[in-house]
Amino acid sequence: MGSFGTKNTVLPGFGPALGYTIFYLSIIVLIPLSALFFKTATLTWDQFLVAVTSPRVVASYRITFGAALFAASVNAVFGVLTAWVLVRYRFPGRKLIDALVDLPFALPTAVAGITLASVYSPNGWLGQWLEPRGIKIAFTPLGIMVAMIFIGLPFVVRTVQPVLEELDQEVEEAASCLGANRLQTFYRVIFPTMLPAILTGFALAFARAVGEYGSIIFIAGNMPMVSEITPLLIITKLEQYDYAGATAIATVMLVASFVLLLSINLLQKWSRRFAE
Amino acid sequence: MSIAIESVSKNFGQFAALNDVTLKVPSGELVALLGPSGSGKTTLLRIIAGLETPDRGSILFNGEEATKRDVRERQVGFVFQHYALFRHMTVFDNIAFGLTVKPKKSRLGKGEIRDKVNTLLKLIQLENLFDRYPAQLSGGQRQRVALARALAVEPQVLLLDEPFGALDAKVRLELRRWLRRLHDEIHVTSVFVTHDQEEALEVADRIVVMNNGQIEQQGTPSEVYDRPATPFVFDFLGNVNLFQGRVHEGTMKMGGMELASPEHAASNDLPAIGYVRSHDIEIERFAFDASSIEAEVRYILSVGPLVRVDLALLGGEESIEVDLPRDVADKLSLQVGEKVFARPRKMRVFTHDYQI
Repeated sequence: MGSFGTKNTVLPGFGPALGYTIFYLSIIVLIPLSALFFKTATLTWDQFLVAVTSPRVVASYRITFGAALFAASVNAVFGVLTAWVLVRYRFPGRKLIDALVDLPFALPTAVAGITLASVYSPNGWLGQWLEPRGIKIAFTPLGIMVAMIFIGLPFVVRTVQPVLEELDQEVEEAASCLGANRLQTFYRVIFPTMLPAILTGFALAFARAVGEYGSIIFIAGNMPMVSEITPLLIITKLEQYDYAGATAIATVMLVASFVLLLSINLLQKWSRRFAE
Repeated sequence: MSIAIESVSKNFGQFAALNDVTLKVPSGELVALLGPSGSGKTTLLRIIAGLETPDRGSILFNGEEATKRDVRERQVGFVFQHYALFRHMTVFDNIAFGLTVKPKKSRLGKGEIRDKVNTLLKLIQLENLFDRYPAQLSGGQRQRVALARALAVEPQVLLLDEPFGALDAKVRLELRRWLRRLHDEIHVTSVFVTHDQEEALEVADRIVVMNNGQIEQQGTPSEVYDRPATPFVFDFLGNVNLFQGRVHEGTMKMGGMELASPEHAASNDLPAIGYVRSHDIEIERFAFDASSIEAEVRYILSVGPLVRVDLALLGGEESIEVDLPRDVADKLSLQVGEKVFARPRKMRVFTHDYQI
């Protein structure tokens, strides 16, 4: 047998399990993605550059990645807060709130988009109060962020929650015995322990936001250069039978997302260097 | 710093964890709180630390009222059973933690902190592991780091909650001897909680035996071991055999045997229980006097310095355990099934108003 993975374990089957994993990932992920690259490769280098750097496309990158980073950051802060409340306090309705967190996962994205758009539109429930104060949410980049925050909410909560549950109360007691005040206990002891989970949740929320299409197009207004997201641009190209152009933009998105996720993963690895 | 605990009570819901406990710990002493789980010893320790507040009663440090004082102002070092180290910090940063969270004006400089931590690392003999994370250390090493971390802030009192409970037997033994030596060097008032009588007897200056939220007895290790005040203490510290009988005018009668019990000279035919340590019983082949009782050897376990003999008392269901020194056992060369006589050398009689 080979030199790795063949130790006697309780559950045997390293060979078949790895084989299946690779087969599965190939069918589900690698083959479709490589098709994307092959289609893109039908363009010449110049054609590719023109397709992916036209001002309208560049503006859509900025709005998509910018809004996604913003939304993931907001979710990181409020996700931690939500997880904290759910883990640390016992109050009536806690289980209900716990279940509500997952709702953005289950709701069809179009339903979410239409709901958000009508609530935040100038004559909607919230929009009618915000509009007179000069805050326009629906049909602006702000609307995109709202939709992205909505669909990314569960990620940080669900990654941070188990870590907080595991966090030993004794560690906090030890800190206060050593003279640390509450703030110091939080940022020197509790926060560093949560950080890897927060980063994981951030990365997941970010990835989801970048790829989101259904809920955003209803609230974004989709004005070129202002509130048009890259996935929508890809669809537009497809509708114009510009398949190679669509895949070119998709390729850029894919590579950019991959690089961002990889760096977040490295950051996350660094933040849990203690858990070897 | 001396600690005084004055009629402290604490309930958790319906459960009375501490019931009117009064205790004094003189400055510089190493005191063990010994008792079974649920006896309230950890609760008492946490109340001293300020991690719990008592329902009634007060805590005094050096004679000063400290019941309401915040944990951070009590200057106590607390060592937890499961170490409670900061797992995202290196050994060095763990030990330095208490020094670095001090307010700016009373905080030491970086260099001084480094020197202090290095001194402590030397004290716990982990100079080379200063940059490791807790996950990379063994249990014994982790507990030493926890101890150094607590000592770094120069606490007035050191509190240890079952500090060796999670360690394996050999490391435990080493570490508790090390703790004793350490205490002889630095003389900080220390209280440690344990359920291991051997540990308490070996390490502590004074032992406080607790049961059901109350103090059963306190005294030096030899006092509590040799002169247990209650049946509970007798039973909890060391191996013991029980003889049911009646005591009448200074004589204890059990089955066919009789034994003088001078402290019960005034008793008039009261039901009583005689407590005899397993090493306080003689085994002989003849009846020495009225205190000898006939028995049959049922089982012999000869491992270690003592030989354990199980005897079934004749004319009864009861059996007793006897620990004989190896040379005595060799001389006797007992056989299983043999008829012998057992004779308690020392017996402590408690009449029935005591209950275990």
